[in-house]
Amino acid sequence: MSRPALLSGLSPDDRPTAIAGLFILVILAAGTGYTLAKFGNAPLLQPGYLLQQLQIGAFLGIIAAGMMLVILISQIDLSVPWTVAAGAMTATAVGGPWAIPAGIAVGVCVGVVNGIGVAYLRIPSMIFTLGVNAVMRGLMVAHTGGFAPQTTATDLMRFLAADRTLGVPHAIFMWLAVSVFMIVLLRRTSYGRAIYAIGNKEAAAYLSGVPTRRVTLLAFVICGVCASLAGMLLAGYATKAYQGMGDAYVLPAIAAVVIGGTNILGGRGSYLGTVVGVILIVLLNSVLSIMEMPEAGRQIIYGLVIILMLLVHGRDGRA
Amino acid sequence: MDQFLVLTGVSKRYGGVRALDNVDFACNRGEVHAVLGENGAGKSTLIKTIAGVVQPDAGTMTLQGRPLSLRTPQAANDAGIVCIFQELSLLPDLSVADNISIARPPRRFGLIDLRAQRRRAEELLAGIGCEDVNPMMRVRDLPLSRRQMVEIAKALGKNPRLLILDEATSALTSADVERVYAMLARLKAAGIAVLYISHRMHEIEALADRLSVFRNGRHIETFGRGERSPDQIVQLMIGREISAQFPPKPPRTAAPKMLEISDLSWEDRLHGVSLSVGRGEIVGLGGLDGQGQKELLLALFGVLKRVSGEIRIDGQRQAIGSPADAMRAGRQNGAHTGGGIALVPEDRKTEGLMLPMSIAENLVIASLAALSSGPFMNRGRERVAVTDAIARLRIKVGRDSDAVHTLSGGNQQKVVIAKWLMTHPAVILLNDPTRGIDVGTKQEIYRLLRELADQGAAILFYSTDYDELIGSCDRVAILYDGRIVRELEGSALTEQSIIAASLNLSQTEPAHV
Amino acid sequence: MSDLGLRLRQNAYLLSVIVLFALVYLLYHAAHPKGFSSAVLVQNSNEVFSLAMLAMAQTIPVLMGGLDLSVGAVMTLVDCLASHLLVGTTTQIALGVLACLVTGALAGFVNGCVVVYGRIQPIIATLATGAIYIGLALFLRPTPGGKLDEDINWAMTNALDDFVGTVGLFSDGLPAWFRPIAGVPTSLVLLVLVATLIWVPFRRSVTGRAVYAIGSSEQAAYMSGLDINRAKLTAFTLAGLLAGIGGLFLAIQTSSGNADIPQAGGYTLSSIASVVIGGTSLLGGSGSAIGSIFGTAVLKVISFNFRIFDIAPLLQPMFEGLVLLSAISLGALRMLRVKNQLELFR
Repeated sequence: MSRPALLSGLSPDDRPTAIAGLFILVILAAGTGYTLAKFGNAPLLQPGYLLQQLQIGAFLGIIAAGMMLVILISQIDLSVPWTVAAGAMTATAVGGPWAIPAGIAVGVCVGVVNGIGVAYLRIPSMIFTLGVNAVMRGLMVAHTGGFAPQTTATDLMRFLAADRTLGVPHAIFMWLAVSVFMIVLLRRTSYGRAIYAIGNKEAAAYLSGVPTRRVTLLAFVICGVCASLAGMLLAGYATKAYQGMGDAYVLPAIAAVVIGGTNILGGRGSYLGTVVGVILIVLLNSVLSIMEMPEAGRQIIYGLVIILMLLVHGRDGRA
Repeated sequence: MDQFLVLTGVSKRYGGVRALDNVDFACNRGEVHAVLGENGAGKSTLIKTIAGVVQPDAGTMTLQGRPLSLRTPQAANDAGIVCIFQELSLLPDLSVADNISIARPPRRFGLIDLRAQRRRAEELLAGIGCEDVNPMMRVRDLPLSRRQMVEIAKALGKNPRLLILDEATSALTSADVERVYAMLARLKAAGIAVLYISHRMHEIEALADRLSVFRNGRHIETFGRGERSPDQIVQLMIGREISAQFPPKPPRTAAPKMLEISDLSWEDRLHGVSLSVGRGEIVGLGGLDGQGQKELLLALFGVLKRVSGEIRIDGQRQAIGSPADAMRAGRQNGAHTGGGIALVPEDRKTEGLMLPMSIAENLVIASLAALSSGPFMNRGRERVAVTDAIARLRIKVGRDSDAVHTLSGGNQQKVVIAKWLMTHPAVILLNDPTRGIDVGTKQEIYRLLRELADQGAAILFYSTDYDELIGSCDRVAILYDGRIVRELEGSALTEQSIIAASLNLSQTEPAHV
Repeated sequence: MSDLGLRLRQNAYLLSVIVLFALVYLLYHAAHPKGFSSAVLVQNSNEVFSLAMLAMAQTIPVLMGGLDLSVGAVMTLVDCLASHLLVGTTTQIALGVLACLVTGALAGFVNGCVVVYGRIQPIIATLATGAIYIGLALFLRPTPGGKLDEDINWAMTNALDDFVGTVGLFSDGLPAWFRPIAGVPTSLVLLVLVATLIWVPFRRSVTGRAVYAIGSSEQAAYMSGLDINRAKLTAFTLAGLLAGIGGLFLAIQTSSGNADIPQAGGYTLSSIASVVIGGTSLLGGSGSAIGSIFGTAVLKVISFNFRIFDIAPLLQPMFEGLVLLSAISLGALRMLRVKNQLELFR
């Protein structure tokens, strides 16, 4: 397959990012074409619209950031749905200045439990985090009585999620902060090197003195904190927490990470790819809404897009 | 002379590398034909071509005069060509019987006939003297040597007319090696052609009727048994004059003890091992396979749990519960030099390297703490360390950002060694470091080890090669059944004494002069 | 070691799961006011059937070292399709059943093609195809609806005597040999039939063994001359068929079609839990669908017990979660016996 000259200068890790980026442009173009034809305007190209998409993307993006870290070490975290909800519900229940620290603490605890199960007890993460998710659900159902929590988000939570400065929603700044942290972590720290080493060949990393168990534990903690942080921001955005609020985020988070070029088996991937993957998914969703595509069509297109992106990556010699 | 398999003008390229260059080759029936050459000489590609795993770019192959085109390993099997590869082709979770009849099992009503399959396995195993293997056992539960025998039984079950053994004896116990020799003799008598690849000169001298040397993808020469001396053969393989293979050993002095092992025991594999290695000493571990040599090295490196006994570094008792502990053993808190144990592991591909990652990343992975300031990697220091390592070991690389799997076996092993040297260890453990490595690189490694010893390191290494033990070690400890039965040095360090000690025969001569 | 001893050792885990299930189930019946009756057995069996089918379906990709995240979606798709087709004359219904089974198998086949020819990892390929199948299900049933033939519902969701009554067998009276098994649930019979007529022959076939081989070591399987692609395609197709059977039963049981996305996701994740509890390794190469059936049974029987022992409904999800987590963590006991830490990374 001949490749446009533009792409051949990029390293194999960055090509999926570029391809996903191109696809975003395709989606915008298709959507704009539709709106021009149907309504005679191009709302998709308005900065206001794009900012709003980024705001919505911020929640998925923060979750995907943590998920990427775990996927890089050949694991997965299926406890994200109820960690999101638990973080939100705990924060709203605690209220006041301790709301956000309480929510973060929930994320840390879940991450520690996951880390112990996976790194120290060597239980496959797919199934252990699934179990933890079930327990978190149980705890939240018991705590709230099965109804939506009556407590509301604190002012700080609303500030961080819904308010804006200079027209830019704060949620985007939160996502940006998380992103900077991830990029620095993965590229500039020894921890980041350990992550890629473990994802490539845990045995060799272990025999080279890398503290594989601690690295894995910390990865799950970061993922848990990202999830509970996203949950608190979601609660801030909606002004309250609600049952099942995290359920819709886990599969799209995994999809975003993979579309962005991270190998589902671990060891390879660039964070920028994950960011682009998140934007792609959010935009796709939004454009399909504008086109008034019924849920049936949306699901089908969502699935087809993932397959398409992976097929294109595959040609670039992904392992 | 009936030429059975004939290759004419066969060539194969991998990217820019000529793995096989216009090769003419023939082997006959009823003969064991050894193929010799360094890594990268083309032996492996030759075998893969004959076995149908890869297709040549040019040239022809004929079998008994008829042209041969092999697209898959199955096609080769159908033509009567069966290969026993270095990487076992057994399925660990399936039973022995399942494995032996994996490709064309006996069937009944369309389904696999388990009873017939089991009987077939029993017959084939008995044929190579392995009646004690229960066909219902899972391959995973068998020791490595037995697994290799199952692999051989499976190959024989395909009724080969040409049998290829690619380093097939590397994992066998001595008893099983004898069984294989007997089997090969029977095959020869039955008119089967045998191609034999091994790096063990002793084996080749014992078995081969005819020998072929390959170098740089070319077939250099073929000669009969005894027509060339080992030195001449090695020269053909490297293609240049070789001086002494091993660097000279310094005179023995009483060296201060660096590593002291007292009464080390583990499971039923190690029984009270006591040994010491001084600064500047190279001590070898010898003996038959599976007597605890590997376990000893793993125990010293913290990989084994619940090891009893004492380990001292530079006089200080150490508690080593993990590789990270071993790397810090004997060091002052937070220091990056002085003390420290390093282990060059058995399997570089799965234990020593992260193959998809770059050469640079592999080189620094054991020194992350030393090369960082706080949590951040220090790019400058890293750069310097990488360049130094590549220069010091003369590793042939394109760019250090290339993936390490693009390097040849010998250069890959150099990366592993360089990675460890970067940690400035006081004690260096090596687990069969030159296995499967070309002669040229081997010599470089021997020289390097002597250099490191001269600079004060204590080196302990396990090897299955007598010449290597005799040539490069100041002292050799022979293990038998998890114990050290003899230590040999000086003029007592000979092949006979090693063999005698390995078999735990009583001493008839002094251990050292 | 004798053969019997060896077989017991190799299947020790499965045997302990079966014993555990038996004990907990007996406990349930003992505590149930209407315990040890056909009615309770029928109710339990119906509740277990669809998930058991999905667990069997999930077993096959897991044996190859992968995962199928679309089993719940395939079940839902066939469920919605059945809600349209299983009406009318007997012939129409029979054709409808056939169409549903073919759809399930076809969905599985598409999964296989994406994995084999697209060279995409199963977990992510089936995540994507699952979305497509749910989309198709939504297309068939944007809102829950449909009305299945009532007789089928009656026949399949009760005991054998109701089945033969609906079908018109033995209209002159039940024969003597039939009386003892008259109370056996139809769904249980169906489960046993599927296990013996589909799973067991598959396991003993060359392709079935190839599936185990691929999970054990795909490289070695290739070197041994096995047809990897054909094995993978067959495996996914069979998984789709089994998921389809589950969907068919669900439609018959609920007498309607419902494209419930959360339910599909829940079934998928429960199928994974069932497979793990049943003893199939997520690494591939060992395990069996029979184990997965018992894994499902254990999961379900625990929730049955919660109902009986009147545990506050609000606390039930938490207990279920804790039990699941403990069951999964039992595997960690193996960890304690490891003497060579390198083995943990294999």
